[in-house]
Formats: sequence, structure tokens, C-alpha cells
Amino acid sequence: MSALTGLTIAEARAGLRARQFSARELAAEHIAAVAAARPLNAFLAETPERALAMADAADQRLQRGAARALEGMPLAIKDLFCTEGVLTTAGSRILDGFKPPYESTVTAKLWAAGAVMLGKANMDEFAMGSSNVTCAHGAVENPWRRRGDNRPLVPGGSSGGSAAAVAARAALAATGTDTGGSIRQPASFCGIVGMKPTYGRCSRWGIVAFASSLDQAGPMTRSVRDAAIMLGAMAGHDPKDSTSAPVAVPDFEAALSGDIRGLKIGIPREYRLDGMPAEIEALWQRGIDWVKAAGAEPVEISLPMTKYALPAYYIIAPAEASSNLARYDGVRFGLRVPGGSLDEMYENTRAAGFGPEVRRRVLIGTYVLSAGYYDAYYLKAQQVRTLIARDFEAAFQRCDALLTPTAPSAAFAIGEKQDDPIAMYLNDVFTVPVNLAGLPGISVPAGLSADGLPLGLQVIGRAFDEATVLRVAEIIETAAGFTAKPAFLAGGG
Amino acid sequence: MAQPIRGSSGDWEMVIGLEVHAQVVSQAKLFSGAATDFGAEPNTQVSPIDAAFPGMLPVINRHCVEQAVKTGLGINAEINLVSVFDRKNYFYADLPAGYQISQYTRPIVGKGKITLDLADGSTREVGITRLHLEQDAGKSLHDQHPTLTYVDLNRAGVALMEIVSEPDLRSAEEAGAYLRKLRSILRYLGTCDGNMEEGSLRCDCNVSVRRPGAPLGTRCEIKNVNSIRYVMQAIEHEARRQVELLEEGGVVEQETRLFDAGKGVTRAMRSKEHAHDYRYFPDPDLLPLRLDANWVEALRRSLPELPDAKKARFIEHYRLSPDDAGVLVAEQASADYFEAVARGRDAKLAANWVMVELYGALNRLGLGIERSPVSAAGLGELVDLVIDGTLSGRLAKEVFAAMIETGKGAAVLVEERGLKQVTDSGAIESAIDAVLAAQGEKVAEYRAGKEKLFGFFVGQVMKATQGKANPALLNELLRKRLAG
Amino acid sequence: MALDKATVARIATLARIKLPPSEQEHLAGELSAILTWIEQLGEVDTAGVEPMSSVVAMELPTRADDVTDGGCREKILANAPDSAGGFFTVPKVVE
Repeated sequence: MSALTGLTIAEARAGLRARQFSARELAAEHIAAVAAARPLNAFLAETPERALAMADAADQRLQRGAARALEGMPLAIKDLFCTEGVLTTAGSRILDGFKPPYESTVTAKLWAAGAVMLGKANMDEFAMGSSNVTCAHGAVENPWRRRGDNRPLVPGGSSGGSAAAVAARAALAATGTDTGGSIRQPASFCGIVGMKPTYGRCSRWGIVAFASSLDQAGPMTRSVRDAAIMLGAMAGHDPKDSTSAPVAVPDFEAALSGDIRGLKIGIPREYRLDGMPAEIEALWQRGIDWVKAAGAEPVEISLPMTKYALPAYYIIAPAEASSNLARYDGVRFGLRVPGGSLDEMYENTRAAGFGPEVRRRVLIGTYVLSAGYYDAYYLKAQQVRTLIARDFEAAFQRCDALLTPTAPSAAFAIGEKQDDPIAMYLNDVFTVPVNLAGLPGISVPAGLSADGLPLGLQVIGRAFDEATVLRVAEIIETAAGFTAKPAFLAGGG
Repeated sequence: MAQPIRGSSGDWEMVIGLEVHAQVVSQAKLFSGAATDFGAEPNTQVSPIDAAFPGMLPVINRHCVEQAVKTGLGINAEINLVSVFDRKNYFYADLPAGYQISQYTRPIVGKGKITLDLADGSTREVGITRLHLEQDAGKSLHDQHPTLTYVDLNRAGVALMEIVSEPDLRSAEEAGAYLRKLRSILRYLGTCDGNMEEGSLRCDCNVSVRRPGAPLGTRCEIKNVNSIRYVMQAIEHEARRQVELLEEGGVVEQETRLFDAGKGVTRAMRSKEHAHDYRYFPDPDLLPLRLDANWVEALRRSLPELPDAKKARFIEHYRLSPDDAGVLVAEQASADYFEAVARGRDAKLAANWVMVELYGALNRLGLGIERSPVSAAGLGELVDLVIDGTLSGRLAKEVFAAMIETGKGAAVLVEERGLKQVTDSGAIESAIDAVLAAQGEKVAEYRAGKEKLFGFFVGQVMKATQGKANPALLNELLRKRLAG
Repeated sequence: MALDKATVARIATLARIKLPPSEQEHLAGELSAILTWIEQLGEVDTAGVEPMSSVVAMELPTRADDVTDGGCREKILANAPDSAGGFFTVPKVVE
């Protein structure tokens, strides 16, 4: 890891403005780091020339004193975001060769803020997974290893490539998307910060859709302040997205006052699972102590519908996905496997193009929407979803933010938990309710497991109150003093 | 009352329901900003949204919403202030997303009604079940290549109103009357141009037969019939096919059929029909559509006078027969044309001129009234010349023909060609004298009792006056002269 | 809910994903397990509860009737696996 690749956005911002180094130097070091990080398989596409060109443009603006919010910052972009003219595959064979003729709104905003693209980050296929082993182009390795154990670990998913890149210092920060925990859980597994904003805070236009009512883009960074800075650039109403909320973007960085005195922090009793590892329980308790020490008041609250969130999610998300993925048919883009008839062509293409997890979820989704089952499954799940949202609403009458663990375990080995889909789904038990209710949530690295792996704590807030979420998260970040680094660090120097 | 089908074993009744897909008149598509013009080069009016590229999202065109509400108001229907867009999921080459954005459980318009004008002058009210907004699909061309189908997505995403009738129709004639009235209303409202050849109005016919009084039989759907004439033919054929099948002891299979216009028959679609499970669910990229009641009311007040109301007014105010009124109000442009001609003039005369002479000429020229070479003012001027006696009716027709050909006004042509009707008794008498003098023998025969010769003398005098003699005056003076 | 092979085959057809018979059995087992696990939702009393229709509290945005898109055939066809004369091409469909 070089000096420059170890910076945060905030530090790089200061350094660039003070001309301690140029954007080109910053980009060049990261380009080298990306190459060095190849063993992790975190990137599906590297764009070094583009990065240097963007860095040069950033240097010009810096020289003129016209620097924008993310001027010169080298980012990894999850391959779910359509980047104009640059291969975008959503981690799937079925999008082989696809070069979008348009740029997603979120990435367009990042480039308009001066950021620099290092490449497209690996991910679980179509964002379906919690381990980044389902990508058509191979699994991503977590740069962290268990103490005294050489087995490669999963980085979490689906934004596993993004998390690994940021943790390994191959990118200053990355974009992710979160549908059931896909930013927060890999952030927890990789010891970085990952935020899912309120549903509607960031535009979904140009992001390959998985589950339309749940997907949200968000920042993955090495500090809470960085997440605030990056979210400020990513967020904003988009008239091209009918679910984009017409709300103003506050100055998230300015909200980091460091003061949470008087806030009530809800501790949901139903998140205390049977058989939860003691060290996670202990970490959670430490988190509660930290916020108390900072002048906030922990309040026990109840979210009775918690255990039904995962099954509801595994009806709603696959149902929406089965419809969203119908467009991948070999006709207009991506893979086409020939067939004697149109239907044969569809069937061959989709069988070859979709991996087993995607296929599973498309079939589940097709089934739960099919004639005779809609009421029992989809309708029921949407009703349960209303109840879950009501749980949170009631909780937020009594507190300003919630504190929970992010994941029920630390990162596990690649190959573990792979045979049982349900065991894999349970990774998202703490994160999924937040997506169903559309609320903002962040994961902050808060401690290490017994074998030296990162563990995250999650802060959940009211709709559009990312400011409070970030403020509480920063307190935890400060109190935790997490400075551990992964075994694998990219880059020279 | 619709005629029953006389089968070999007794009477059968046909039961028909029509699903009309009406393309909404708008500049841009329902959920994207691509254009909707007919006949563009393939795939030149396609947004990445229409082509269902990854990450694309729909945003609804508010003008299309307004057009649908106006149509609902025009068919006397309930407007649903809250409606929902659902995805209808199926796979086909011209459906890029693998789903169509439509409305299933909560359409924008509910129950309505249309009055049919039947050939015998009677009217009948027919129910409409609902109207909803949905995306049109693209076009597949199967005949461009031996082994490939060509797909053009220009039409994909254009706004359609699907208008579903109750199964209240009982004959092909009624179906034709329903389509004519619906088309007329849509054109009056400007919400659909009703052009069936271009496909802006398409009709699926649901046909079943039953013994009178019995429960409904199994129906077949005849898809995408693109003219009113073909609809009527298809229904006739299909009803008969089902009757024959049932009388032979067979069973009507519920199936989708196509009308082969060339052969005049319906046939089952050749492709194996996958059991259509559309898996409808609310589109998560859109929110429920909520309409403001005041806005709907304002729209209601802004509607133009529609055909039925106009027809009633024409009957009452212009004292036209229901038949004539019906013909004139079929197109708003014709009705407006007629009223401009009828203003301050004899309405019956005006109606006659419009329906017989003008329509006749327009038909011959293959023009719609919007492209009439003679304006309403121009025709009015001609009618005035008939009313004030300048022109006989017969000459006026000649002048009219000349107006069409030359584009000149009636008065100008009358001057140019010296066509003023002769009403000068002296001149007519001179002509009569000349004719009678030349026809001594015939005059004698007439006076001896051969009354039929009167017409001959009339013709001769007309010829002598180049047709300009006022007929009534001619008759009067001729009779006097012949009487001695 | 236990899914049998025939149902799995039917669903795969609806979803246009070719499923070799050799995989149907295993998939039926997997999907059945997931569906059984999902069915715990049946424990929840949802009488009178509205299904969630939108996560954000906002009105459906609308746009003006302006032509702002299209006219970009090259872009639309650029990624097509097969095209001819401005059309997408697919194996012929017989109606």
C-alpha cells in the first residue's frame, strides 16, 4: 500500500487542494494497486486510460481552483451501474459484451463531481448473493484472512468486489447497491463503511434492476466522513426515475457534528437471535456503551415482525427480479445462444446465461407470481412488508436511530455455506428489514472477531434522515478506533 | 332485434364482446419520450426505455392520461381516481421487456355505455366494462426472410387505450355499429384517429353462440381484425363455424383465432399456445396514479359536443330526420361543415347538398371533408343562388361540379358561363312559341289527348334555353300556351 | 410447499429457461425447501392490512408530451447479437 492509496477521501481532498500531490499521481498509484489486487478478482474491468484522462481533467480544475466535491477521487464502480461505452455485465454471462449507450444517473453525478473511474467491480450475479461467489467471472476474495488460516474468505455480497477493492486499498472508495444488505454486509465482512440510503434518495436510472422496490445505490468507503461526502455527490432527485424522491440533498458532511447528546438510540430486542455468536453480542453491547458514553440514551424497542422480514424478502425480491430479468433474452444485447425457434433461443440463452442462484430466484419469483399463488405469496408478503414498516414507524416514535449488529457472523470461507441457499439467505437477517421499510442504514467497522476478522455495527434511521445515521455512525467509528488492516493490501510502496 | 342464426336443429344466438385497442393521439409514447409517428424507418423512434435496456425506467406521459380520461368521459364511464399499473408478463420478440405495462385490477376507467345506431333507425345501448391504458408492442415481420423474423420497436411503448365491451352485442351488424360509434366518439374527442388501416384502431372479437336463453357458450377470440367490414365478416363466419360444429355434436374449444381476410374465414393460430399465465403484479417502477376530482370535472366540462348529443340537436333544431342527422354527425368535421352551410339557410336543402352532392364528389375524389375543394362558405354561396332563383337545381349541380374542378366560387362561375336561370316570362314564352311552332304535329297530338308529350315540350324548351329556364315558370307558361 | 418435477418444468417454461430433466429433481427439492421456509409468513395475521404499494410517500411523477428521445437507431442496434436492415432479427416465428 502506498501512502496515497491509504488515504481517505477527506485526506486526499485536502492533499489535492494543497497540491501535495496531483490527481494524476493519485490515479496512477491506484491504477497500480488495481493491478496488484488482481488475485482478489475484485475488478471485472479495469479502465486505466480513462482514469488517467479523468485525473488530468481533475488536475486542470484543481489548478483553476474550481475543484468539485470528489475532484480526482479514484473510485471502483460496481458492475451493476451502466457506464457508457464501458463493459457492464452485472456479473453475468448473459450480458457478455454489453456496452451501454448511456450512463447511469448516479455515476454521471460522480463524474460531474470530478471523480475518476478505475474500473468495474466484481459482484454476485445480478446482485443476488451474500458472498460474491455467484459471479460468472469467478469469486472475489476478501483481503482479510483468519488469523493463522490461509483459506480464502468471502468478501460478502453482492457488492463484494467493491468492498474488497476499498478494503485492499485498490480504490479510495466504491459504489455499491443494496437490495437486502448488499452494501452493508460486505462492508461488515471487509472492515469498511457501507451505507444504504433511504429508498428514493439515489436514482435507480441506469442501474441494472434486480428488485425495483428494494434496490438502492450507496457509497462504500473507509470512513464515515467519506461516506457522507460521497453520498452527497450520488444523491438527488431524478425525473427519469419515477421512484426517485423529490427531496433536497442536505449537506451530509456538515451533519457530522460529533454530537449525539440527547438522542435516543433504539435497541431492537428481536435482533438478539438465538445462537448468536457471543462475540457479536459483545460487540453490540460495546456499541451501546459507546453511544451512551457520548450522551445518547439507549432504549429497548421491539420490532415484532423482524423474523418475517427474510421470508417476505425472499418472495418480493425474486418476484420482481423474475420480471426484471425477462428482458435478458438474447434479442437486443448480450449473449445469444441459437435455437431452432424463438422460444428455443430464449430457453437456451437464458439457461446458458444465468447462473444457478439467479435461476433459482427467477424460478421462485415466477412461481410465487403464477396463477393461484399470487395471494398466498406476493400479496401476503407485501402485507407483511406494511407491518414491518409500521414496526419501524412505531419504533421511531420512541427513538431517533437504531443500533444493531450488521451481520450474524464474520466472513466465512469460500465454499462454506454454499450448498444450502437458506443458510446463505440468513446472512441478511439484520439488513433485510431495512430494505423492506425503505429506511437508511449504515455499517461501521466496530471490532474484530476472535480470529481477527472485521465485525460491523449497523445504524438505522428514519426515512431521509441520513444525517442522524451518519452522525451516530461517526461516534461509533471514533469510539471503536478501528485501525486494523487486511492481510492483503494492494499497491506498492 | 338481432336475427337468430338458423341452424339445422333450431335457432342459435350469437354473443359478441369486442376489445378495441385504440392508439392514443400523442406526440410521445406512454412511458418514454420517443415519437409515435406512423411509417417511420424501423427502430428510429425507439428510446432505450422502449427497447428495455438494462436499468431503464418508465415515466408516464400526462397527456396520455388526459386522453384516456377524456375518452372515459366520452363513453359515459366512471373515472377511477386511483388506478394502478401492472406488469403483464410474457415472452415475445416484439415485447422487449418480457412484460407489458398495463392495468389489470384497477383500471383508469370503469363501466360506461355507448348507444348504437342501427340500420332500421332504432338505437340500442351497449355496456362497456372498462378502459385501461397500456403499452403497445413493437412489430414483428415474418415475411422478410425465409428463416428470420424482423423486429421493429417503433411502436413499442406507444400508448393504447384498451376498451372492453360487455358481451352485449348480438349480431355482426351491431358489432359494426358499435365500432362506428366508438370510432366516431374517439375522433370527436381527438383521443384516437381511428385509422384502422394504419392500425391505430384494432379489434379483437370474442364470439360465442348459445341457444336463446341458455347460459353463455365457450368463446373464441379472433385477434387483430383491422377493418369494420372484416370484423363483421369474421363474426359472421365464426358464429356459423361454431353453430355447425355444435350441431355436428362437436365442442367449441376456447382458442385464439385469426381472420384470414383473403379467404373470409377464421383459423386457429398455428403456434402452440403456451398456457398464458401473465403473472400480473403492480409495476414497482411506478406508483399508483391518483387523479384530482376537480381536474376530471374540468375535463368533463371541456369536452366537445359528442355525436349523440349533436344528432339530437340536429333533429330538434334543424328538423332533420334521424337518418340524415346520423349521417351528418358521423364525423365532427362534416357536422361542422353542415352547420356552417345551414346557418341562415334552409337546413333541409343544406343537408341535401352536403350529403348528396358534396359527399358524392368527395367519395369520387377519395377525399375526406377536411380536404374538400369546396369550403362550407363556398357551398353556402351556391345554395343561396338556388334559393334566390338564380340557378335551377339542375344547373346548380353543374356549377358545383365546375367549382370542384376549377376551385372558383359559384357566383363567379355563373357570371363567367352566363348560367343565370331565366325567369323572365317573356323570354320563356318566346322560347315556348318557337318550340311549339316547330312542333306543329306534336302539338296537335297533345291537344288531342297525348298528355305524355308535355315532358317532350319541356325538354325542348330547356334545350332552347340552354337549361336555364326556371322549371316552375316554364311549366306554368307551357301549360297555358298548350291549353290554347 | 412441495414442488414436483412437472411443476418445476412448467415454471421453467414460463420463465423460458431450459431445464434438463436431470436437473429438475434437484431443483424441485431446492425450491421446495425455500418455499417451505417462506411459508412461515402464513403465521402472520394480515387481515385488513394494505399491501405496500410504494416505499416512498410521493405522488406518481408525470412528464409532458414532448418528443425527447429516440432517433438513435445506431445506439439501439449497437449491442444486437443479430440485426439486418435496421431491424433486430430473431428465429422466425410462425403464427
